[in-house]
Amino acid sequence: MAAAVAMAARGCGGVWRRARQRGAGQPGPGPGPFPRGQRAVACNARGGAVPAGKSGLVPWVPVVGLEIHAQISSNSKLFSGSQVQFAAPPNSLVSFFDASLPGTLPVLNRRCVEAAVMTGLALNCSINKKSLFDRKHYFYADLPAGYQITQQRVPIAVNGSLSYSLCIDNKMSQMVTKTVRIKQIQLEQDSGKSLHDDTRSQTLVDLNRAGVGLMEVVMEPDMCCGEEAAAAVRELQLILQTLGSSQAVMAEGQLRVDANVSVHHPGEPYGVRTEVKNINSIRFLAKAIDYEIQRQIEELENGGTILNETRAFDSKLGCTVPMRDKEGKQDYRFMPEPNLPPLILYDAKSLPANMNHQQVINIDWIHERLPDLPSVKRKKLVEQYGILPEHSFTLLNEDGLAEFFESVVKQTQMKPKKVIGWILKDLLSYLKQHSLTVKESPVSSFLLADLLNLLEKKEISSPAAKQVMAIKAGNQKVLNKLIGLVQKKTEGRSNPVLVKQLLEKKLSE
Amino acid sequence: MGVGIKTRSGSGRVATARLSAQPGGPRSQWAAAFLAALPIVPRGVAARWRRAAAAPGEGEGRSAGVRRRRRAGGAMLRTSLRQVSAALKDGRVTPTELCQRCLALIKTTKFLNAYITVAEETALKQAEESEKRYKRGQPLGILDGIPIAVKDNFNTAGIETTCASNMLKGYISPYNATVVQKLLDQGAVLLGKTNLDEFAMGSGSTDGVFGPVRNPWSYSKQYKDKSVPKSHSEDEESNWVITGGSSGGSAAAVSSFTCFAALGSDTGGSTRNPAAHCGVVGLKPTYGLISRHGLIPLVNSMDVPGILTRCVDDAAVLLGSLAGHDPKDSTTIQDDFKPFEIPNLTDFSKLSIGIPKEYHAPGLSSEILALWSKAADLFKNAGAKVVEVSLPHTRYSIVCYHVLCTAEVASNMARFDGLEYGHRSDMKDSTESMYAATRREGFNDVVRGRILSGNYFLLKQNYEKYFVKAQKVRRLIANDFVKVFRSGVDILLTPTTLSDAALYTEFIQEDNRTRSAQDDILTQAANMAGLPAINVPTALSERGLPVGLQFIGRSFQEKQLLTVAKWFEKQVQFPVIQLEEVKRHDSGVFQHKKSASFS
Repeated sequence: MAAAVAMAARGCGGVWRRARQRGAGQPGPGPGPFPRGQRAVACNARGGAVPAGKSGLVPWVPVVGLEIHAQISSNSKLFSGSQVQFAAPPNSLVSFFDASLPGTLPVLNRRCVEAAVMTGLALNCSINKKSLFDRKHYFYADLPAGYQITQQRVPIAVNGSLSYSLCIDNKMSQMVTKTVRIKQIQLEQDSGKSLHDDTRSQTLVDLNRAGVGLMEVVMEPDMCCGEEAAAAVRELQLILQTLGSSQAVMAEGQLRVDANVSVHHPGEPYGVRTEVKNINSIRFLAKAIDYEIQRQIEELENGGTILNETRAFDSKLGCTVPMRDKEGKQDYRFMPEPNLPPLILYDAKSLPANMNHQQVINIDWIHERLPDLPSVKRKKLVEQYGILPEHSFTLLNEDGLAEFFESVVKQTQMKPKKVIGWILKDLLSYLKQHSLTVKESPVSSFLLADLLNLLEKKEISSPAAKQVMAIKAGNQKVLNKLIGLVQKKTEGRSNPVLVKQLLEKKLSE
Repeated sequence: MGVGIKTRSGSGRVATARLSAQPGGPRSQWAAAFLAALPIVPRGVAARWRRAAAAPGEGEGRSAGVRRRRRAGGAMLRTSLRQVSAALKDGRVTPTELCQRCLALIKTTKFLNAYITVAEETALKQAEESEKRYKRGQPLGILDGIPIAVKDNFNTAGIETTCASNMLKGYISPYNATVVQKLLDQGAVLLGKTNLDEFAMGSGSTDGVFGPVRNPWSYSKQYKDKSVPKSHSEDEESNWVITGGSSGGSAAAVSSFTCFAALGSDTGGSTRNPAAHCGVVGLKPTYGLISRHGLIPLVNSMDVPGILTRCVDDAAVLLGSLAGHDPKDSTTIQDDFKPFEIPNLTDFSKLSIGIPKEYHAPGLSSEILALWSKAADLFKNAGAKVVEVSLPHTRYSIVCYHVLCTAEVASNMARFDGLEYGHRSDMKDSTESMYAATRREGFNDVVRGRILSGNYFLLKQNYEKYFVKAQKVRRLIANDFVKVFRSGVDILLTPTTLSDAALYTEFIQEDNRTRSAQDDILTQAANMAGLPAINVPTALSERGLPVGLQFIGRSFQEKQLLTVAKWFEKQVQFPVIQLEEVKRHDSGVFQHKKSASFS
């Protein structure tokens, strides 16, 4: 028994890494929705059967689904005119409606609806031309109305899918593409924030966030390990950022991920699931899920049972712990929101001729104006520049990096395949050393292109180019090395002081 | 058991038997049969109807000895809004003078308990501003300088808004309800906030934390002459009748001449019911025509701001100044609303009046039944088509309303947790115990009872069984109306209440739920269907109390509805209330005393 447990524990790295290709017998290449019965049979290593372990136990199949709340990037809140802003002074962005003053009514923000439609289209959803708002009731200090307005019965978008890629064994060269089904996207209000002051045993409430628009993206339980979930969320994050529908910064709470985790034996019904909350980075998401899978397997192998509970991830301890509140067991007493008429969207066909364009949202119009999504951008980069697919992933992984690359390519005679190495290997590592983003890079695309041109013309050597870049990127110590190179080239005939002055002047240009 | 005629039991009234025996009888003969079936037409009703009503100010005849100016003041207060507006324009009275007179009358009629808050200071300021505009010759319109009152469930910036509940005692809203803002923008003078049942949950205006409202007609000569007191002292105190509700304060305020118009709210009949009992016009406009922003909700999907006035023309004036799209209320219609003056009804050949047989409900007094049929005859004799119609699902309205109302109440009241505003209990053991204590202390039994039932209906295992079913029934009720109107009927004519106003002592014998169910029975369906409806005071009962009839119109066809109502109003010549009490206290009319609130 103990061996099996240890095995499972080790499996965190290996056993769950790769799912057997799902729906192998499924016709068509597309990432279309998988029929329920056909989803992952086993999440195992190297595509084979999960090793049963020395004790001969049946393998465990982890099942992971995600509920993601993405804060909509908009000037004002979902149902009120208050401004949306991160880290503003407490309670400085609160309208009468946000504070639930009696007699106030919700007025839907058009921008939030458009953001949800864009996101729905980008995730291959069907957009519901008629969706409804509901009230979800619970008492909590940061929920002033005693209910949250959400879309429980008919959400704005349903039945979509998200393709994401992950590499095997941390090898960039071995990438697989997977698909997770999107059950729905619903519009809803964010809550305020409660700050508990335990020493004075009081709770302080900040309503700045109360009523900010959220898109809840519900992913079907098509994933089977932390890494898959992390890759899916990362892809979603990139899509949201590309669309501009959410800034999706996890650290600022603009993207909040809850994971539903269960384990079961192949061919058996799903196990009892737990919901893991309080995950504030993608890295922790993977950790939390893998920990929870392992915990459940251990619990079951030891003859225990899994409770349908909400657990919080403790990033310091690296484990999940039961949450005290019993929110999950509440009856939310859903009810239609009577103050908001059904949300009606149009397409080119159904658009009424005499309708004021300010009053209507045209799905087709939004569709036509969708920007290139990350997957398309990557494909274009690979096709246009002949770079490796895994490099296209890295290029899109940071905001502005692909643009930087393209800009350098345009200004240099060096082949894109070579340029990519300079950017991904050298520039990025220098930037990382100094904790800088591409957008903050002291080495402009122009300068890098110039440098690479010199290199192409063999006017400077590769080490010299690297030194220049390093200095430019902030490493002054490298200047001495450069002086050494000049000395070497001039066979010691140059004045080191003068060389230093000249170099400094040149580099600061 | 439903409300249907056949289920009616008891006294074996002939009218009932006849009507149920021939539900499918020839429509044209229905009204005649209806009337003929009555063994006796109540004398009082018949006699009063024949006599032309007194002109406004008729009551002055008795106070011949009163000083002239004071009499003029009384007469001025008893005119219609349009008339007093003309007087303001002509300079026969100034806004300040008018405001002072109203404020003085509010004081002398304080025993009615119509007002929760009297905003004396701000009212006088508003009157002063109005006066300046008149002096410049630039009044803002017909409402400039007109004293009005507003039910205390509409938010008013700077003036307490209590909903007659401990929960909101002392609550001062930072904003005006859209309807309040519109009135102020047009120069109206806001005298104060009127009494109601707590959070508008009731049909008597007896269940508020500030005590019951007394019906001004309790103190009228008409009522006193009819009601024979048993013993003097006892009777003065126990002989008064309720106003109906929940907008009883507003109805009493208009009826006792302390203001020229008042806002109520109408969710199941809360404007029309007290209007009927207090002898004033009560208009419930089409849902979506007037903004609810700032009206503290009872049932969002049925609430409508209501209009209480002395006559139908005045109701049209108020409607014109309040109706229209409000960006702050997404359920208001986008179409522009054109204010109108009510035309005279001359062509009856195209008018079809429907008499819904289901409104012949159990408990309908024979007096009202007689009035109803007489009214039908009036239209018939004028040349209109009068047809019996059926609204078969109306009988389910009460239970359906109970589920939908309590569910929304449970939801709407969730915000009162003591955190952001309103009452907060001293209980500090935990947030949950603070919530519980706050709500126990803040709400009365009626509100708490409805919250409890509503939450029960919304539970996951009950939602389909109760809430969804009730919604479906609501649709059926609404469709009944659609069918009837589609069949060519223009206006429905029904009683507004089952009987005249009950004695307070009798009224409180039954619990709020039973009373509300009975009292809303004839008015509620219009809210279910969102239709416009109006109470027109029709006659006095044998007890000398007002009785009204209700007209229900097509959606957004207020003009047609009011046209018919105005014609009817002219025919019935409802008598003016003769308020001995008001006259006796009239000496205070010009003695302006400063005090912000009487409550």
